[in-house]
Amino acid sequence: MNRLRFYGDAPVSLENIGEIRGKLIVVEGPDGVGRSTQIAELRRWLESRGSAVIETGFTRSDLAGKGIKQAKQGHTLGSITLFLYYATDFADIVDGHIIPGLRSGYIILADRYIYSAIARAVVRGADPQWIREVYGFAPIPDKVLYLKIGVNELIERTINSSKGFNYWESGMDLRLGADMFDSFKEYQARVLRQFDSMKSEYGFQVIDADRPADEVADDLRLAIDSVLSLA
Amino acid sequence: MSLNGLSDQNYPGRLFCVEGIDGSGKSTQIALLHEWLKSEGYAVKFSEWNSSPLVKNTTSRGKKKHLLTPTTFSLIHATDFADRTEHEIIPYLKAGAVVLCDRYCYTAFARDVARGVSPRWVRQLYRFAAMPTVAFYFRVPLEVALDRIVMGRPDLKFYEAGLDIGLSGDPMESFKLFQARIVAEYEKMTGEFNFTVMDATRTIEDQQRQMRNIVKKHMPRRSRLHSAAKTESKSA
Repeated sequence: MNRLRFYGDAPVSLENIGEIRGKLIVVEGPDGVGRSTQIAELRRWLESRGSAVIETGFTRSDLAGKGIKQAKQGHTLGSITLFLYYATDFADIVDGHIIPGLRSGYIILADRYIYSAIARAVVRGADPQWIREVYGFAPIPDKVLYLKIGVNELIERTINSSKGFNYWESGMDLRLGADMFDSFKEYQARVLRQFDSMKSEYGFQVIDADRPADEVADDLRLAIDSVLSLA
Repeated sequence: MSLNGLSDQNYPGRLFCVEGIDGSGKSTQIALLHEWLKSEGYAVKFSEWNSSPLVKNTTSRGKKKHLLTPTTFSLIHATDFADRTEHEIIPYLKAGAVVLCDRYCYTAFARDVARGVSPRWVRQLYRFAAMPTVAFYFRVPLEVALDRIVMGRPDLKFYEAGLDIGLSGDPMESFKLFQARIVAEYEKMTGEFNFTVMDATRTIEDQQRQMRNIVKKHMPRRSRLHSAAKTESKSA
């Protein structure tokens, strides 16, 4: 059992919730690195060991998901507004899923966390220190597993996947290149630089993702094992 | 960034905001100020708390379904404020207009802290806010404000009464306790943010006269604001 700790100052109501039994494991990394495949695998493995798992991430929340979608359809959304809308959305996930899950003793597998949100916001011009403060409501995970890959390998995977280049993952809103490919390359390189700069700040455990999926999975299980055996 | 964390850019426009608890009479005063400034020929933009069309549906959904926690309550209002800052406040200040705000970020500092969020965190959250020229705080004894409100609308809403934080099961009792906390936060801020404190028990006319005198002092001499904006952009 451990105490819930936060990156910044938590509201009074969460400061004194006492010991929690659950664990928060985050899998971070760029789009297309294979996070969801790995998380599905981890879930099966954890459940076979008898642990109850909740998967969460940057899926749209009950509170703000619809509002963000509507707001993005117009073309008037300012950048600070969008950063805060995303933060609202994630706070709803934290307060509604992550914290209750941890209190009930679940293992929470988070597909991305505040680091993705911070990286994307900074690439879009947010003050790096301010956006970190905004996300101060987030609980500090027990483990952050960062799936690291180079931009050229990422391009190769994106082409080979059925999805291909898409608007947001290519950062086309920033118009970083003449077409989706140029923009994707520049945008993802910038995002990766942000992740790199967060490695030691947030204590990421770096997993080399430029390997066959089963080798990556072995490393992930090993890392999680060490967290769970502390319990 | 200024000492208070609010963004202290030198825009040619002027920004005046009114703060205080419900029933302090601040909305009446800013409406009178608005009329006067217009009649004086100034370009005026009015922006009201919690009114962004992009965020409104989410906020009312959260309130109606009681989905909001202290953190999400704070963030959704900051999102609303950000949209108005980016669309209604900064562009108009740049253009040299007078921007009037019924409630500003201090409302969040008072309410959200009364609701239990960290004072430091919520101040950081609003660091993008433009620094007001003058922030008027309408100080009123709690009983006077409560009398005015209770007469007007007896139906207290869930979050308005602070029922989400469990101060009391009785809506009226909860509302009173919650408002008392908000007043305490405002009082703490008067020095921190250099509020111009208005005695809201005085007559409406007296208060308005005082407000206009203060506002006048902050207007550029002789030239109207819009012409001042033109000169400043030429020399820049």
